[in-house]
Amino acid sequence: MAKMTLEELRKLREKKQNEIQKRDIEGKDARIIVGMGTCGIAAGAKPVLDTFLEVLDEKKIDNVSVTQTGCMGLCYVEPTIEVIVPGMPDVIYGKVDVETARKIVEQHIIGKQLVTDHMFDRPAADIIKKDGGK
Amino acid sequence: MAFRNYILVCGGTACESSRADQIYQNLLEECKAQGVADEVQIVKTGCFGFCEQGPIVKILPEDSFYVKVKPEDAKELISEHIIKGREVTRLLYDKEASRKNAKVEDIKFYQKQFRIVLRNCGFIDPENIDEYIAREGYQGLEKALFEMTSEDIIEELKTAGLRGRGGAGFPTWMKWNFSRQAEDDVKYVVCNADEGDPGAYMDRSTLEGDPHSVLEAMTICGKAIGATRGFIYIRAEYPLAIHRLEIAMQQAREYGLLGDNILGSGFDFDIEIRLGAGAFVCGEETALLQSIEGKRGMPQPRPPFPAVKGLWGKPTVINNVETWANIPVILTKGGNWFSKIGTPDSRGTKVFALTGKIRNSGLVEVPMGTTLREIVYDIGGGIANDKKFKAVQTGGPSGGVITDADLDTPIDFGSLVRIGSMMGSGGMIVMDEDDCIVDVAKFYLNFTVDESCGKCAPCRIGGRSLTNILEKITSGNGTLQDLDTLETIGEAMRKGSLCALGQTAPNPVLSTVKHFKDEYIAHIVDKNCPSGTCKKLVRYSINPEKCNGCTACARKCPVAAISGGKKQVHIIDQSICSKCGVCMETCKFGAVEIH
Repeated sequence: MAKMTLEELRKLREKKQNEIQKRDIEGKDARIIVGMGTCGIAAGAKPVLDTFLEVLDEKKIDNVSVTQTGCMGLCYVEPTIEVIVPGMPDVIYGKVDVETARKIVEQHIIGKQLVTDHMFDRPAADIIKKDGGK
Repeated sequence: MAFRNYILVCGGTACESSRADQIYQNLLEECKAQGVADEVQIVKTGCFGFCEQGPIVKILPEDSFYVKVKPEDAKELISEHIIKGREVTRLLYDKEASRKNAKVEDIKFYQKQFRIVLRNCGFIDPENIDEYIAREGYQGLEKALFEMTSEDIIEELKTAGLRGRGGAGFPTWMKWNFSRQAEDDVKYVVCNADEGDPGAYMDRSTLEGDPHSVLEAMTICGKAIGATRGFIYIRAEYPLAIHRLEIAMQQAREYGLLGDNILGSGFDFDIEIRLGAGAFVCGEETALLQSIEGKRGMPQPRPPFPAVKGLWGKPTVINNVETWANIPVILTKGGNWFSKIGTPDSRGTKVFALTGKIRNSGLVEVPMGTTLREIVYDIGGGIANDKKFKAVQTGGPSGGVITDADLDTPIDFGSLVRIGSMMGSGGMIVMDEDDCIVDVAKFYLNFTVDESCGKCAPCRIGGRSLTNILEKITSGNGTLQDLDTLETIGEAMRKGSLCALGQTAPNPVLSTVKHFKDEYIAHIVDKNCPSGTCKKLVRYSINPEKCNGCTACARKCPVAAISGGKKQVHIIDQSICSKCGVCMETCKFGAVEIH
């Protein structure tokens, strides 16, 4: 993209915000977000990310995106991932290894059931979302 | 088929021990009995980090947070909450909060944390500028460029009351104002990302998780003081953070958010990365600036302060990563919003890297004024392995220990200094009863001695002398006189050293002598290390009443110090024993004792 003006930046922001909301409402897309800070990577987040891609491919699931993010702060249970499936609560899983990753796809994404013993809490409320971006 | 409700039962060790498993079973049975088993999934979760209030049950999607739940409460939770859709108020943690009336800025109390600096960490893809923009990104810069004057920006920071997060807590607006007022054609903006305290990794995580927040903030500062160039000084040991910064800078340039004529405003600003080789002293601002200039990183006397005469002799604003990450939010939400968080002395939040003997180690961000007890017990889940809490070290090698007695002190810049420690950059290392306090002091001191640049005598010689005395004490050769000498030298270093490294180096020693004098005296007078850490003071022996002569220890002993044949009582030869402790680990009968 070329250099933006103020107007273009505002339009882009609005568009991106809408995209996020649209995804929530229409319930088309699920997302798997893998915590890939140094801490997560050191604890094995890379093979976990690869496993997600592999299993999704294997099961021919194409409406789930896999992305990365920084450290969520839950160092004692790295690697951590977040799973967002429309119609289900957003969930953070910790201590996710390759087997757990497979289980998450089979049980959570396909079976619409939470995976026991790996769920953790997001450590704080989101200050951005709450204000509606204003 | 998705479920209507999800019941989460805490399966952390602390909650398990208070009958969480029974609660789980009862909930399952009640769901069946009341005919909702198909609509509700009951899940065991990891620790919520709120063990003091356990066992904890959380019900989604309502997000009801029930505490101190008993197995017999299962019936009511199902019949009231699940079937009738009414929260069981008496078990709610926050009984006052009515969900319908909850204001957007109400923090959920049980979470204790409030994330400004880490707002995007764990939310956005740090390598995708669009995700940052979607979450209010570059909105602060918009305001700074098109709606505010330099004075307005600084005034907003003043209203916010933001103080530097690098350790000293100098008011940020004042620093910016000095540089703004300094008359010069060329000015610089610098980000100090030379994070060096042992156990601290807040800055690394911020840069890895949200690099744009620092870029945006530095650009805002450029506008405020009239600078067009910025530098990020980051240690080469942070390759991922550097990689993501580079990507972020490239994307920002493509979008016209860095470079010439930003957003068509006519304002130019660009940033370069400078890699540090990892010297601790280069985190000190004047040494850091020397290093950027390509010189050896050594502190310079202040004044003149960098804000007036810094990089290449030009006015330079230098702030720490965490300070920068606060700034876009302050501009977006306003200084007023920010000033309501925290304490009058210290506004806003502080990020801590919680490590050591803590159950839930991690990165926490709390409003200033939160007590250490809340951080250690509510967020951190208490001490690992149910050991006893001994102390917390804050401020890294420049700080001091905080004991049980001060756990309820609300944390801010002033209060930590009053109890003999300091905020520092935010490392927080928790110690339990197994840690020897003299050994801890020695560890930190060795660190600062290694990292001293050697320019001034008090730091170079004083640090070495202190280490020698601690070595003497931990070898069992200390005298009570040594305690006074430690204090005398420490005071001299405080007063005479050129920079903060030397001035604060004796802090861990002085504060441990103050709070744990008994333990020092035990080392000196009784020649005893109560926690068994100081090898030279430890003596292993075999209790003849418990030893059954299995020879396991004798076979494992690496220096063959244990004698005694099969079915005979074994004896450790103290002159050979290397005090490795393998015999104690090996013995299944608890016959090896430590003195």
